Amino acid sequence: MRLRWGYLGFALLVVAVIVAPLVSTNYRTFQLAFVGIYLIALLGLNILTGFTGQISLGHGAFMGIGAYATTILVVDHGWNDLLTLPVAGIVAGLAGLAFGLPATRFAGPYLALATFAIPLSFIGVLKRFPHFTGGTLGKQLPSLHSQFGIDANPSVWIYWVSWIVALAMFLLAYALVRGRFGRALRSVRDSEIAATASGVSTSGIKCAAFGISAFFCGVAGGLFAIAVTYVNPDTFPIDLSILLLVGIVLGGAGSLSGMIFGALFVEFIRITWGPALLDLFSQVHHINTRAPGSSLVVYGVVLLLVLYAAPAGAAGLVRRLVTGRAAVAAWAKQDRTPADEQA
Amino acid sequence: MQQFFQALMTGLADGSIYASLALALVLIYKATEVINFAQGEMAMFTTYIAYALLTHPHFGHTLSFWPAFFVTLVIAFVFGVGLQRVVIKPLEHASVLTVVMATIALLVILNGLAAWIWSPELKFFPSPFPTSTWVVGGVHISKQDTGVFGVTLACVAVLWLFFRFTKLGLAMRAGAVNPVAARLLGVRTSWLLALGWGFAAVLGAVSGMMSAPTNFLSPSMMQAVLIFAFAGAILGGLESPVGAVVGGLGLGVLLSMLGTYVHPVTPELRLPVALLILLVVLLIRPAGIFGRVVVRRV
Amino acid sequence: MAPLLELKDVSARYGQVSALHGVSLTVEDGEIVALLGANGAGKTTTLRAVSGTVRRSGDVVFGGKRLGRAGPEQTARAGIAHVPEGRGIFAELTVWDNLRMGAYMRRERPDFAMVLEYFPWLAARRNQQAGTLSGGEQQMLALARAFLQRPRLLMLDEPSLGLAPLVTREVFRVVGDLNRKEGLAVLVVEQNAAIALSAAGRAYVLETGNVAISGTSDELKADDAVRSAYLGY
Repeated sequence: MRLRWGYLGFALLVVAVIVAPLVSTNYRTFQLAFVGIYLIALLGLNILTGFTGQISLGHGAFMGIGAYATTILVVDHGWNDLLTLPVAGIVAGLAGLAFGLPATRFAGPYLALATFAIPLSFIGVLKRFPHFTGGTLGKQLPSLHSQFGIDANPSVWIYWVSWIVALAMFLLAYALVRGRFGRALRSVRDSEIAATASGVSTSGIKCAAFGISAFFCGVAGGLFAIAVTYVNPDTFPIDLSILLLVGIVLGGAGSLSGMIFGALFVEFIRITWGPALLDLFSQVHHINTRAPGSSLVVYGVVLLLVLYAAPAGAAGLVRRLVTGRAAVAAWAKQDRTPADEQA
Repeated sequence: MQQFFQALMTGLADGSIYASLALALVLIYKATEVINFAQGEMAMFTTYIAYALLTHPHFGHTLSFWPAFFVTLVIAFVFGVGLQRVVIKPLEHASVLTVVMATIALLVILNGLAAWIWSPELKFFPSPFPTSTWVVGGVHISKQDTGVFGVTLACVAVLWLFFRFTKLGLAMRAGAVNPVAARLLGVRTSWLLALGWGFAAVLGAVSGMMSAPTNFLSPSMMQAVLIFAFAGAILGGLESPVGAVVGGLGLGVLLSMLGTYVHPVTPELRLPVALLILLVVLLIRPAGIFGRVVVRRV
Repeated sequence: MAPLLELKDVSARYGQVSALHGVSLTVEDGEIVALLGANGAGKTTTLRAVSGTVRRSGDVVFGGKRLGRAGPEQTARAGIAHVPEGRGIFAELTVWDNLRMGAYMRRERPDFAMVLEYFPWLAARRNQQAGTLSGGEQQMLALARAFLQRPRLLMLDEPSLGLAPLVTREVFRVVGDLNRKEGLAVLVVEQNAAIALSAAGRAYVLETGNVAISGTSDELKADDAVRSAYLGY
């Protein structure tokens, strides 16, 4: 039954993806391309956070690694931009593993705080080796254009590229979280002690989840670079990592399809909904709501509201509508019972 | 020789800033097993409040440094208590992960709010200490560094005295160790949690106000400090207040020495190096230097 | 004379699982009452229901006043000292700090001299970390701390747990002293029915969340069902 809803949902998604550019302006199509890009990143981060229960504040940096990998290969070594995507993913994935190997020995909240250091460190490293990375000035990529003899508007081109990759990555994520590996992930999320007792190597799983999620973010980062045609150390600040996390919670951590909502949120809150909400607010209160930082306040408040009212995110709400059952926020399940509090 | 002492003093000054924030993290962690990601931003926000007191006239005057400092500490305390009551307490029955996410949301809100209210450009924050030096045995010692070290450690010491010698401090320590038993003795543990947040906010404010003169005031000024504080706290063993202080100081001195004597380590690499040190120490001693490995009852 | 403590039809649950289904019992001023039963019968839950550690329905009346939705902090202030399962001492704090915590609620200066009359050996161990005491010493520390609360009712949850028989007898001797000399009423939960029945005047036997048998200690010691199930002969 659930599987049938899943197939139906996926089919609807594919239809929506095909129809959207036909009914949208080029600008809107360009934005929707980014929805696809963020979807890839969110799918990856969800594998780590929603399925394995580890919070990461650093995945924007893995997008950055992928973006820089793509940029360097295209600009300095003349690669075809699309061919760099797997490499971008692998490089980012290896970085994720390198971080994960020692770091996954920490328990949950400590690991999260360690991940906070990743984007900050990444920016430092980028500036330290300007010969390689272009330093603070960054690097410029060739302008976006369609390839393989297809003559299309660049926005439409990148839309299709992003979404084909996104749908493929969606299927990949789906395959990963089904079956034994997915069960192992969820066992680590739900009870590390029980998982260890069942023979699951919790640090091994967490490490793998780190690597895989970094891989996804790397691919997304590569696409991002191709779309934006410019990277510099400020392209992937800590704000982005946090926004991704908000997107996960909003979409519904632990739900792959929920990530569509998350991706829509991440893209449109920045440019469209956030400022619109703030404009509404400013009509009542006459404050300058275009000021920097106002959008961050919006994300934070939204995140808090979701945590209080709908911790299972949009996916949880949809599930409640469709099946009538309230969804428990699977990723945040561990409850404290009276027995836990004895000395 | 000169270089050594200078590096040492700078390291101790930086280290005391990390130690104060690390202690704040440990305070809240010990009582609730929650890492307050917003600790740095709370510190930053209260530093901006100090800035406002110093630069904008309230009731007809601007304050000079030390009055503003103490008023800010009081405001920070109330702010910390308020945040715990309003934002964190409603989630008291939720899982630790949810509460951590709430602190991340707080981080985001405070960061955005500071940029919104005061704009994100770097601002100059005055220092109460002169920029001159003392000459001791032919070596110049910076008054600024000594001052920062002294003030921060004095605040930490006052807090230590509170915990060690007052009834309320004892109740907070007991509540952190065994909240159920404490409640059975009549301790209102819920309010003590709020107090803990209040004290943590005060420690953060000290950290921020001592850091701002050299690192300039900006919404992101405490982000790196938070990482260093965290690294220091973990190095010391996350459940140990003494460890947090020693770890913070030690990290500050270590980074300062590395920066002075090991040339490839430039300022941009400070944070990655700190992260590296942390990872290496944890590989050898997973519980930190002063920590005890906690065996969890299943 | 109204009883000091009265439970009327008290029920309690842990999440979906119901642990007590309508328990009624009384404790008079100055008496020792034992609560017996097998594992899972609901003995610990009964104490928790009284102290408010677990949510309950039904009436709990203490000293003539209903304890409504009171949590542990309020029941402690009302004069009930609950020594929970596992002693509930603060392992990381010193013996002295543990004792100071006992007197937390009191306004007047704590009467350590009187405590030392019953627990003289504590004086030498003041600065020892409580977690390093032996099981028996920890139990005594928990008792001393509870005594400093100057309660009218002492509730003990399985004081014999993990203790050797000689030590257990010591613990019960002190409890008896406190009861006789200070007039402290005691409600003690025990799996060791023999020693509980020798110390208590009356007892209740719980089975799966209900009171199955009640009576004086002599009556229960003579009862065949109780003897075979709980006294082993």
